[in-house]
This record gives sequence, C-alpha cells and structure tokens, in this order.
Amino acid sequence: MQQRRQLNEIAVNRELLNGALDTPAWWKWAVIGLASVVIMGLVVFGFQTNRGLGVTGLSRPVFWGAYITTFVFWVGISHAGIMISAILRLTQAEWRRPVTRAAELLTVFSLLTALSFPLIHAGRPWRIIYWILPYDYARGIWPNIRSPLIWDPVAIGTYLTGSTLFLYVALLPDLAVLRDRTVGWRHAFYTMLALGWRGNPRQWKLQTVSGILLSALMLPIFVSVHSIVSWDFAVTPGVEGWNSTIFAPYFVIGAIHSGVSAVVTMMALMRWLWKWDNFIRPEHFDALARLLIVVGTAWFGFTLVEILFSLYTLEGSELAFRDVQAFQWPWSFFFVSFMMLAFFIPVPMWLFKSVRNSIPLMFWTSIMVNIGMWLERFLIIVPALSRKTPFVYTYGEYSPSMVEFAMMAWSLAFVGMNMLLFARFFPLVPLFESKESQIFTMDMKIGRATIPAVLREQE
Amino acid sequence: MAMSKVSILGLYEDPEDGARAMDGLHRAGMDPNDFDVLTGTPYPEGAFGEHVPQHRLFRFPLFGAMIGFTLAILFTAGTQLAWPIVTGGKPILAIPAMLIITYEMTMLFAVIMTVVGILLESRLPNFSTSAYDTRITEGLIGVVVAVEAGREEEIEGILRGAGAMEIIRA
Repeated sequence: MQQRRQLNEIAVNRELLNGALDTPAWWKWAVIGLASVVIMGLVVFGFQTNRGLGVTGLSRPVFWGAYITTFVFWVGISHAGIMISAILRLTQAEWRRPVTRAAELLTVFSLLTALSFPLIHAGRPWRIIYWILPYDYARGIWPNIRSPLIWDPVAIGTYLTGSTLFLYVALLPDLAVLRDRTVGWRHAFYTMLALGWRGNPRQWKLQTVSGILLSALMLPIFVSVHSIVSWDFAVTPGVEGWNSTIFAPYFVIGAIHSGVSAVVTMMALMRWLWKWDNFIRPEHFDALARLLIVVGTAWFGFTLVEILFSLYTLEGSELAFRDVQAFQWPWSFFFVSFMMLAFFIPVPMWLFKSVRNSIPLMFWTSIMVNIGMWLERFLIIVPALSRKTPFVYTYGEYSPSMVEFAMMAWSLAFVGMNMLLFARFFPLVPLFESKESQIFTMDMKIGRATIPAVLREQE
Repeated sequence: MAMSKVSILGLYEDPEDGARAMDGLHRAGMDPNDFDVLTGTPYPEGAFGEHVPQHRLFRFPLFGAMIGFTLAILFTAGTQLAWPIVTGGKPILAIPAMLIITYEMTMLFAVIMTVVGILLESRLPNFSTSAYDTRITEGLIGVVVAVEAGREEEIEGILRGAGAMEIIRA
C-alpha cells in the first residue's frame, strides 16, 4: 500500500497554511453560524442565571443531570490529545504526524468547555470563587481539599495548563514559518509568538527531546484527570452504581474511546474542509480504527465487569438500580442505544478494512460512538440519583429542559468555533512534522515490489 | 573591548553543500560557537557535521516537581490546620486527599518548569538581528557565521566555495 506523495517544503507550506494564510470561502459562514449558537447559549445562560436553576429539569432527588453529564463527556473528549499525541510520540508511531496537533487542540478546547459546565451547573457562578480558589477569604475559610469537588478543578487545571504549554511548544517551529510568510500586524504577532525561533540544531534537538519529555509528564496527568472525575461519583457511598472501585480505569478507558473517536471525526472534517488529502490519508483512519477496536473492546470489558460485579452481590438496592437503568422506560431505550452506538455497531464494522479505509464510514461511526458515550455518562448519573434513597419521597422523573439542550448545543458550537478560529491563525497539521516525515520516509524497492520505508535515528 | 562582529549567511539548496560549508568553516579555524546551520526541518543529528548540542533539560522537571511538592504540602496541610474541623473522627490532616492535590501540583510545576527549561535551553526568546532569510523555512539550508571585522571576504569565499546560491550580510 502506498498512499504517500513526496512534496517539497514549499508545497507543504502552501497546502498546510491554506487555512491560515488564505481564508476558505466557507470559513466565514461556518464561524458566523457557530458564533450564533454560542451567543444563543450565552443568552440562555443569562436567562438561567436570572431565573435560577428552576428553568432546568433538575429537581429532587436528581440534582446532577445533563450539565454534569456534558461535563464528564467533554473531559472524556479531552483525553484524545494526550492519548494520541503522547503515546504515539513515545512509541515513535510514524502515522501520528498529521494527527497530533488537532488532537492536542481538541484537548484544550474540550477542557475549557468542560470547565464551564460546573459553573453553569452551579446556578450562581460568581459564588464558585469561594468554592475553588485557594484564597484566604474573610473568616479564614479555605477550600476544602478533602472534597473531590476540589480535586476536579485542580486536576483539570493541571491538565489544561500542561496541554496548552505542550501545544505551544510544538507550535514554535510552525510559528516561525508563519512569521516568514506574513507582513504587517500578523508578522508582528507571529514574530512575538515565535520568540525568535531560527531552526538551529540546538533548537531542533530541544524540540525533539521536549516532545518526548512532555509526553512522559503528561501521561500520568492524563490518567489522573479522568480518575479524579470518576471519584466525584465513586467516593459517594450512598448512591447505587456509583460507589465502585473500578470507576477510575473504567472512566479513563471510556474517555480514550470517546476521545479517539472525536479525533477521527475531526480528521475527516479537516480532510474534507481544507482538502488535506496529501496529509490526512486513509492509512491514518485505518490506524486509528485499529486502535479504536482495542480501546473499544477494553472499554466494553470494563462495562461488563462493572455490571456483573454489581449483580453478583445480589443486594436489593443495587439490583433495583440496574433494573431501572436497563429495563425501565425510557432508560431501557437509552441503555440499548448506548450499547449499540458505543460498541455493537461501530466495533464490528471496524473489523473490515473497507470500513477502516472509508472516510465517510469512519466519520459516522465515530460520531455514533460519541453519542453512545454521552448516553453512557447520562445512564451512570441520572438513574442512580433518581432512586437515591427510599426516604426521599419525591422520586422525580428527570428530563433535560430546553435550557439544558441549548447549553449542550452551546458547548458543541463553542468547541467548533474555537477550532475554526484557531485554524484561521495557525496550522492544524504540524508543518515541521510533515516535512520531517518527507525526509525520513523513502520508497524501497525489494525485488519487484516498492514499499514505503520509514527511517529512524538511533537514540 | 570586544571586537564587533558581522553576521554573514550563506544559503544552500542541497544539504550536502551546507555540510561542506560547515567543514570549510571548521578548517578555517572558526570558533564553533560563531557559526551555526539553520533549517526549516529537523535534520538528523550531525547531518551538517555540527557539534552535537548538549543540554540540561532533564534537571528542570525535577526542580519543578520539588517546588510543586513543597507548595502542595504547605497548601494542603496549611489550609486544613488553619480551619481544623474534625470530620467523622478522622485526623485533621487527611493524607489521601492531600496526596491527590500534592500529586497534581507536583506534576503541574514539573510541566511548567520543563517548558521554562525548553525555552532557556533553546536560547529563546532571542530577537537578535543576525543574518536570516525567510526561504530557510521553505527548505533552503542557511549557514550563519559571526565574523570579526576584516575576515568577511575570507568567510564569504568559504561559503561561496561550498556552493552558496546567495550570501547575505546583516
């Protein structure tokens, strides 16, 4: 199989900077469309702040609903960046090259969106400052570090800071390319950001070492973040289905499943919108699909273990919760949908090479996974709360209100709009990685066969 | 008083020519700190016969981790001692909770210091006015030399002799 095309540096610059230097016609309309949804979300948030959380579907005993589900969902998506970027960098997987930046970027914007949801959910967002920030207010009261609700912002803050720095360091050589191709205020902007990068051997060596070192540092953070998010639930003893020791790895593997799927969605969009056929090729989708088969199957294994061990105890409350979750309307519908969308439809499909190499099919199956994974989080959170304790006499049925749907739409538009704005100023595919790939890849003739070979420096 | 230096850049299309220019500068007895090769792509180490750069990047995350760990212990222990509430008969200093915050802060400062280290070891920011050409990020190889006044012609001769397509003086 040979899908790669040899391009010189001028051609790589021209093709990969077509989003940053020449704005495609569709870009403006896409940004206007997404910005409209973002503005609508802000108006709805203003309305909710003014009227209070009564405008949502939240009510006793379900106080965590679509907002917290969406928070967990976006934290999950954020695991794409480090999973793809760090692990593939450390293992020197050649096919990582066009994927890494988009994945890192998705991490940053997903985390920003995820962080917004506890604020939205709080109802009175200005009071959050008392809850999180380590600032000694009146009466000497500090945030309670024993609460998992404090661990969350600390972990996510660390991940967001680390991911942003990781993204910036890897962007430095490309900023120099942009600096050299622009004039006026944009030149001044890129000159400032590129910090005087010149591309000498010392800078390139540090760039290579930093990729590996930062990957190694980010990996343990990446594992800790979704573990800590899972502990928001798992350290709560009174809610059936939550107090589980398996939650940390279960959430991490689920996050990777949804995160890598989101990268597939994004790569398909990048290929279609910016016509980067020379860089984002079917072989990349094939590799990601193979990875997803492993991750998806591992995640499904955890799901089974989680359900089987809860049934094994034969405790009445646990059995009743599982009954609600899987057999009572409407949860049964969501349960079947989640299983089909997150595993039973996409994973068997990815076993076929024709599917793995079909970009439209990869696009739709990856979207399927993420709808399924949102439902998974919803099914963990809401049915468990809706029958929290027999002494609560208001077993309210929860369904998200239009306000909550609007805020979910806002989150999708917010991530999409930020990605497009980023693409207007910076390359979504790393230029220097693509150029390095051209140097280190060659066609080898063995007998009558010509195969693509990747050279690697000895460490 | 230090003698002022002129910056001269030779541009090459072929990496082999760039390597020959570097060899020529070595032979002319130039101080290795006074010349460098500039590329738009990370070439394999030693491709131009340049000195393999040494760095101390690995110390930075260690230093950052130590700062983060210390600050985290002070923060987690200090805040609990500042408002000592006994919860469920458990000790004031809740070690498991402290461990989580301490872990995150240790990693946070390790990452921040690593990035500081990357910039410092890469000698960035550096807005020097030495010779440069924007075609370097289009694939040309640049060999930049800081030359003492009086040796400009000699160095330009070496750069041209190696096949420079253009010589630029800053």
